[in-house]
Amino acid sequence: MEYIFYILIMVNTYIVLAVSLNLLLGFTGLISIAHAGFMAIGAYTTTIFLVRYGINFFLTIPLGILMAVAISALIAFPSLRVKGEHYIIASFGFQIIIYSILLNWVSLTRGPFGFAAIPRPTIFGYVFSTYFSYFIMSSVVMLACVAFCWHLSKSPFGLILKAIREDEISIAAAGKNVTYYKVVVFITGCAIAAVAGSLYAGVISFIDPFCFTVHDSIFILAVVIIGGTGNIAGSMVGAFVLITLPEILKFLQVSETVAGPLRQMIYGALLVLFMRFRPQGLLPEYKKR
Amino acid sequence: MNENEKYFELKNLTKNFGGLRAVDNLSFSMEKNMVTGLIGPNGAGKTTTFNLISGFLQPEAGKIYFKNRDITGLPPHEVAKLGIARTFQDLRLFNKLTTLENVLLGMQDRRGESLWEAVTGGRRVNQSVKKDLERGMNLLDLVGLCDKAEELVENLAYGEQKLLALARLLASDADLLMLDEPTSGLPLGTVDEMLQLIRNLVKQGKTTLVIEHNMEAVMGISDWIIVLNFGGIIASGRPEQIQKNEDVIKIYLGL
Repeated sequence: MEYIFYILIMVNTYIVLAVSLNLLLGFTGLISIAHAGFMAIGAYTTTIFLVRYGINFFLTIPLGILMAVAISALIAFPSLRVKGEHYIIASFGFQIIIYSILLNWVSLTRGPFGFAAIPRPTIFGYVFSTYFSYFIMSSVVMLACVAFCWHLSKSPFGLILKAIREDEISIAAAGKNVTYYKVVVFITGCAIAAVAGSLYAGVISFIDPFCFTVHDSIFILAVVIIGGTGNIAGSMVGAFVLITLPEILKFLQVSETVAGPLRQMIYGALLVLFMRFRPQGLLPEYKKR
Repeated sequence: MNENEKYFELKNLTKNFGGLRAVDNLSFSMEKNMVTGLIGPNGAGKTTTFNLISGFLQPEAGKIYFKNRDITGLPPHEVAKLGIARTFQDLRLFNKLTTLENVLLGMQDRRGESLWEAVTGGRRVNQSVKKDLERGMNLLDLVGLCDKAEELVENLAYGEQKLLALARLLASDADLLMLDEPTSGLPLGTVDEMLQLIRNLVKQGKTTLVIEHNMEAVMGISDWIIVLNFGGIIASGRPEQIQKNEDVIKIYLGL
């Protein structure tokens, strides 16, 4: 039973990641392959403050957000002036850079050794020691993030994001500063990814740079695409399906050495099949009339 | 009158594309509350002039003044914010959004457009959004697209899309409107509807610059006509003068 709650905590984490990437990819049309990198920034900020300085987990979440805002702002201003396809490559570069820094700045991140035995979050003396209690806590955080993104997507701000996706020239002619919106939404999306990183670090109890590779970024991308770009609920369904689906392998008693590669193959096959037969994803942006 | 003459002015504007001089030392001015027609054969530099004025292209030389302010080199969104709005020959509507949403996007300085207001929201933003929706429906009513408000733009007929492009332009509340071929590709009945709408704009205090290939239409609605060829002006005057101008007739008959 506890194991099921562990899986659901992972679902919550990936919902936060997918929903925030959807703001960039589904709404603004910014394809970013750096989301696992910003998740790592949240995870490492939480871990370092928790382990080294004993700061409360819930206070490290805003610290992770601040760190992600600072780093994404640094990246955003030069890179978001470039056009669509070039930005994909640039974001790929950020992912590699963040990963390399985590691996090589040993005095800060302990490099490839990572951090083990990350303590469980506590609040007013209560320890979230069971997966069930952590699931409840992470659900509250997840719902807050989803509500935030949903609210944004329905606002006039969100409408402009969609217009940027449709036609950058036309929306500039309508008096909107495209660079401002791209920078702001990029920073917002990265900040929310950092929250997911904090949630992840709090439950997994061991992190190293290999938890946050480009494969993970592409996995988050797959969750958004399969769930349905431009649809917040779609990202939630997508995260649930893609995280729980491989668990079926466990019930089929497939050995772990086979299950790992098999899981990758399932994701790959799903992406190909969706692109071919249902490019709009599980929940499309607009209902068919 | 002196004040009016300074409403809009181009001075010695020049733009090259590689070895081609698309706009050549072009100067003209527009008076407030007038419809100016910009005509000329394909490649004469009409759309390039539009792109220079609206900030999508930067001139190599020359100045653009709007209400006595130098707007040369401003980025497109700032030109739009000053009150110069344009349409595109290929419309450039937001096809995957609804008709009403397209009109809303034409509006300037809506509440809730900044991240801060979108996040904090509140009743004041909601009320203002409600007003915007009402205003959007009124604009759709003006061009007869009310019943298509919730329809995705890609499902509209071409004529409806052109009317929507005009509605989106009007939503900006700009007072200088630049229309790039407003009647091209329209069925006959809709041409008249479009021309009537443009005529009404002047009554509302708008100033209009129109690129148009339909001679009957442009002669009918314009107060003043400018004829371009090879990026420069070969004639300008009232429609009846232009119709008699021998240089213009030569160009159009290909002599």
